[in-house]
Amino acid sequence: MAEPVEIPATEPLHGYQLRVVQEVLLALLAGEASHGYQLRARLALALGPLAGALNDGQVYVTLNRLEKSGLLASTRVGQADRPDRKVYELTPSGRARVATWLNDTSWPKPAPAEFHLKLVAAAAAGLADPVGIVDRQRRELLTGLAQAQRAALAEPNGSVAALLLEGVVLRLQADLRWLEACARYWNQAKER
Amino acid sequence: MEDRAPNPILSATGLRKEYGKGAALVRAVDDVGLAVRPGESVAIVGPSGCGKSTLLYLLGGLERPTAGAIELAGQPIHDIAESALARLRRRALGFVFQAFHLVDELTALENVELPALLAGASPRAARARARELLQQVDLEDRAEHLPSALSGGQCQRVAIARALANAPLLVLADEPTGNLDSAATTEVLRLFDQLRATGQTLITVTHDSRVAATADRLITMRDGAFVDETRLTGGTSRSLSQITGLGS
Repeated sequence: MAEPVEIPATEPLHGYQLRVVQEVLLALLAGEASHGYQLRARLALALGPLAGALNDGQVYVTLNRLEKSGLLASTRVGQADRPDRKVYELTPSGRARVATWLNDTSWPKPAPAEFHLKLVAAAAAGLADPVGIVDRQRRELLTGLAQAQRAALAEPNGSVAALLLEGVVLRLQADLRWLEACARYWNQAKER
Repeated sequence: MEDRAPNPILSATGLRKEYGKGAALVRAVDDVGLAVRPGESVAIVGPSGCGKSTLLYLLGGLERPTAGAIELAGQPIHDIAESALARLRRRALGFVFQAFHLVDELTALENVELPALLAGASPRAARARARELLQQVDLEDRAEHLPSALSGGQCQRVAIARALANAPLLVLADEPTGNLDSAATTEVLRLFDQLRATGQTLITVTHDSRVAATADRLITMRDGAFVDETRLTGGTSRSLSQITGLGS
């Protein structure tokens, strides 16, 4: 995958989430030229209750950066009773970037190795009861699951954001099942 | 426990259930205490064989404890006569089972009105109540269908309507989504969430974390005993965006 646009480390929008916003904005512009407000509205609709993750300036800041790095071009369009607005369109290198993104198969890493190692280390050092750590983590994930599920149930039928929430719920469920396995293992380890 | 507020709908103390004798003795439920407040939704989770279903049967008066006390609305039920217990179960409790347990020969409507008829309601009142409940579970257009003509999710919704027929103090559900696929589970979850919102007191035993997540309070059981308790409503300040890693 192409390098994401460089962002200073102090920028509050960083890592995973910013890169996704960049790629999504580029992809949305592949169909037709558009302006920031419209793009933001489309993102908000797709994210539904998760749209809180998008702060107001993020779309505009990102569009600016993408333009500076030559992936977008803009033209100013006059409006009768308001300031001019910028209409963005993809450049050829922006188009290439979208194609790369669509073909990319990278995926969030499925191995919960950090948590696993935390349990192993806690047990080995006699620092803490691994089962207690598992229980605490489980409470955390269950609280998250409860919230995600309420949000999912509140979505109307056919909502595209509900599909995203279903993904959140299913992943948390899978994590919780693994935590059950952790609890089982470390409980038995105590008896050995 | 923090939840020992005055006047619980259901309270259990020192509850024990043993099977077998001597070396083969199994403590399915081992010194469990529980108080459920009116309007509270409690989920009990744990690995299979942890004793959660046995506990539910004890709480619902379907099995007798080896030791301990259970009170329903302040009235002891662990040692009353079988006939009185049966009457109490019919009037004050609603049950939802994994396998629905609908009567195959009766329509959805007839299944739902049955508990009211058994409790002595007039046929007219029982029918009116059943129609109202089918509407509540969004199945009024399936009223005349036999269970065999309904999907699994629809059957369970009929079973939930039936559990509510006598406006029970408490609904007890045993793995209510155990036989359902993901979409049907969502139908049932939506209904449970609705019940919780209307203040129906509910105890659910489940291994499905989605079901557990609709409760106000979650209790984890291991080897017959409670090992963990979590409050799922009200406590958290984290946003959905933070949970999903989409937020800053």
